[in-house]
Amino acid sequence: MGPVETPPRRAEELAVIGKRLPKVDAWGKVIGETKYADDLILPRMAHARLLRARHPHARIKAIDTSRARALPGVLAVITGADFPPVKFGILPVSQDEEALSTEKVRYVGDAVAAVAAVDEETAERATELIEVEYEPLPPIMSIEEALAEGTVRIQEYGDGPNIHKLVSLEFGDVEEGFREADLIREDLFYFEGSNHLPMEQHAAVARWDPDGKLTLWSSTQTPHYVHRTLAKVLELPMSHVRVIATPVGGGFGGKSDPFSHELVVARLAQLTGRPVKCTLTREEVFYAHRGRHPVLMWVKTGVTRDGTIQAMHFRSILDGGAYGSYGVASTFYTGALQTVTYKVPRYKFEGCRVFTNKPPCGPKRGHGTPQPRYAIEVHLDKIAEALGLDPAEMRRRQVVEPFSKTANHLTITTCGLEECIDRVVEASGWREKHRRLPPGRGVGFAASSYITGAGLAIYWNEMPHTGVIVKIDRGGGVAAFCGSIDIGQGSDSVLASVVAEVLGILPEDIRVVTADTDLTPVDLGSYSSRVTLMMGNAAKEAAEKLRGLLLDAAAKKLEVSPAGLVARGRRVYLRDDPERGMSFAEAAQLAEAAYGTLAAAGSYRPPRRGGKFKGAGVGPTPAYSYTACVAEVAVDPETGEVRPLEIWIAHDGGRALNPLLVEGQVEGSVYMGLGEALMEEQIFRKGLHKIPSMLEYKSPTTLETPEIRTILVETNDPEGPFGAKEAGQVPLLPLIPAIANAVYDAVGVRVDEIPITPEKVLKGLDQKGKGQEPRVGPERFPRVSFPEPIRVESAFGQPADLSLKRE
Amino acid sequence: MRINLTINGRQRELEVSPHQTLLQLLRDTLGIHDAKEGCGEGVCGACTVLLDGRPVSSCLVLAPTAHGRQILTVRGLEEDGLHPLQEAFVRHGAVQCGFCTPGILLTACALLERDPGADREAIRRALGGNLCRCTGYAKILDAVEAYARGL
Repeated sequence: MGPVETPPRRAEELAVIGKRLPKVDAWGKVIGETKYADDLILPRMAHARLLRARHPHARIKAIDTSRARALPGVLAVITGADFPPVKFGILPVSQDEEALSTEKVRYVGDAVAAVAAVDEETAERATELIEVEYEPLPPIMSIEEALAEGTVRIQEYGDGPNIHKLVSLEFGDVEEGFREADLIREDLFYFEGSNHLPMEQHAAVARWDPDGKLTLWSSTQTPHYVHRTLAKVLELPMSHVRVIATPVGGGFGGKSDPFSHELVVARLAQLTGRPVKCTLTREEVFYAHRGRHPVLMWVKTGVTRDGTIQAMHFRSILDGGAYGSYGVASTFYTGALQTVTYKVPRYKFEGCRVFTNKPPCGPKRGHGTPQPRYAIEVHLDKIAEALGLDPAEMRRRQVVEPFSKTANHLTITTCGLEECIDRVVEASGWREKHRRLPPGRGVGFAASSYITGAGLAIYWNEMPHTGVIVKIDRGGGVAAFCGSIDIGQGSDSVLASVVAEVLGILPEDIRVVTADTDLTPVDLGSYSSRVTLMMGNAAKEAAEKLRGLLLDAAAKKLEVSPAGLVARGRRVYLRDDPERGMSFAEAAQLAEAAYGTLAAAGSYRPPRRGGKFKGAGVGPTPAYSYTACVAEVAVDPETGEVRPLEIWIAHDGGRALNPLLVEGQVEGSVYMGLGEALMEEQIFRKGLHKIPSMLEYKSPTTLETPEIRTILVETNDPEGPFGAKEAGQVPLLPLIPAIANAVYDAVGVRVDEIPITPEKVLKGLDQKGKGQEPRVGPERFPRVSFPEPIRVESAFGQPADLSLKRE
Repeated sequence: MRINLTINGRQRELEVSPHQTLLQLLRDTLGIHDAKEGCGEGVCGACTVLLDGRPVSSCLVLAPTAHGRQILTVRGLEEDGLHPLQEAFVRHGAVQCGFCTPGILLTACALLERDPGADREAIRRALGGNLCRCTGYAKILDAVEAYARGL
């Protein structure tokens, strides 16, 4: 490891951060060497398959496994009776899942039994020999059915017979706001659910060691929560369970829950004395789901003549599917972030999540916020039109104030949204195009905000959300340990880059050891866009401790003050006399001689800045990210097909630690948003998924994905490591409404329902032709008995209280 | 049944069952894991290998039909170190989760073999059968285009 050829001239200039560097895991991936969970092979390994329910709702009367057990090659067959009677679930308030169902099945795909056999084919054949006697129950397949009185219950808990959660919050007096408005508009919207469709199908391998300890390898975004769940359900001490998250072949939120197959392979491995692997089929991935909630929405906003928002009232009903999953959080998220993009001085939110006999919904990229963002951005587009205002300019004038509080007591730090709007308006030629393109062509605008990591952990505790240990060996080698898992977003590279920057070496000098509950400190997981900021801060702290030791030891040797030294370019040297210094490795050896083994830990817990009301836990974050987007589309009036032509997107993710990776997150979000806007939908018929295959579940290929013009607007946020915020989720949000608004600009049809399929466009054009309102979307919002709201004084416009720093 | 085939330049004689797919042969029998299964029905492109230089979904190819033919997986692209297209993928940020990467590299290689000067539109068309859920394809197109233009 020699010195870097050209060390930066000024020591203050960052050497690694901000550079377009390759991902540290890219080499293994381009040669196909990266081992995903399904690539693992252990000696004597058996293969497992799950038997899944074919009824959407039924009582289990009896299960006969004798024929399956008798099949040659079968090693074990288990049912729910082979587990302790312990339920689990990702949220402490929704412990409603079983490893294998014992009394009831609640959706087609609910797991009821499992087989381990010498190979996958035998295991599959054995599952077909298991006889389950069911007593079918009436299935509940829609929001309306779930809200109806006197129906059969799916779950035995919640805020109503089939109501999982009801929320009602009011910040300031919205009625007062509506009285001050010149225009009040109400709109209804529906957003269909969609699957994450990760390329990699979920897989897990379990092994019991001779000392009675369990190891589970799994394609999971949340090894820590899987660790807790295995210990709980298998009634083992956590110290006897090790979870290793393998590199995840795409997550997008779909691998954030603990799953049946993870518990099943653990139990089967214990019973058979062999390692056991289970890989889900693509069809099973559609049924395991935890994807985007279908949401029905009603929004009412009062504005003054210039479009200034006076008050907003928003209602959502989420179709949660059969289990809780992250649903309580999802429900709050459909309401929490409305106030973070534009100034909303008074705000009321009522939310409801129902149970239905469908695969459970959970978090998908943007978790609970793309649906309301779509509704509000289309709603504001309609308001701008009604007032004769430019929709981009109307929004720009009321972007939230940096370092201020929102009505619902959220603290905003930096906000680069104004610049984002200016940049996309400029780059796209918005002013020349909007309402000016020929028929069939249109542009649409929308903006968004998102959290950089949830302010609270999923289970209440006082501990850090993440920890990093950095260790330096005598050859100058550096290892960084963190529980974080790289799901493609680049967290391994962020870890290496932050440590490299602080220690004055390069990312490739660092070995990252991640996502192993035995070896690495806890990181809560790759969800809520939390890893870069939280892990980055922890990594910085750990590396700075070690740099302190290195500089002290080097200073003694050089007989100078440590304050005069810098660590750069694989050297430690005098800032004012770069020739005087030593190699990084030599400094490490001096430091180890002086202070002992070189290892240091850093950890991070977000500031506690939320409000004091019930429900204040969802929404707070160290910093919000922002995006503005313009989409240009062509709409074929004959076929109703919407073709995106070009996307301009400007993103404020704080300082881009690695612009190449940040752009990748933006582009990937744009793509995923396009899929949701135009084609992807998780839909059911008679309890069955209508299209559980990649062939029929349409997602965009290269041919449907237009050129994406990405613009990075860099703020320098005081909360983030080197000023970084988030990049992986916020750019998805504005895409969907921007497309909807562009379709309206192109053909004058409002599709108030996602996805915007050709059928809906044609229906709208047909209505337009007949002189009817050219709108396609929901017509009514069902009656929901929302409770009296918790009334909280609006904190809108108050200055941010940054004294509540990190603890 | 017994078949002879060449995988990444190495001749092999293997016993296969008539209904075994080429993907199962590679992954389950030979432990060659650089071909990935994403759907098992020939749609996603993650299991793409080159069969006599042409990209195929190995999950749809029956192993016996590979008798006497040349199979190239992404490992076979390396000669003295990485293939320049692999280098381009690393440099241009074309890899995120990496699960689609082997299939896309092989499809792109086959295109550039056929049409060395392929432009962005031609690359876009050629990669239409390989899904990627992470990148939005932008940096993948950048990488292939840069390589095609000798950058």
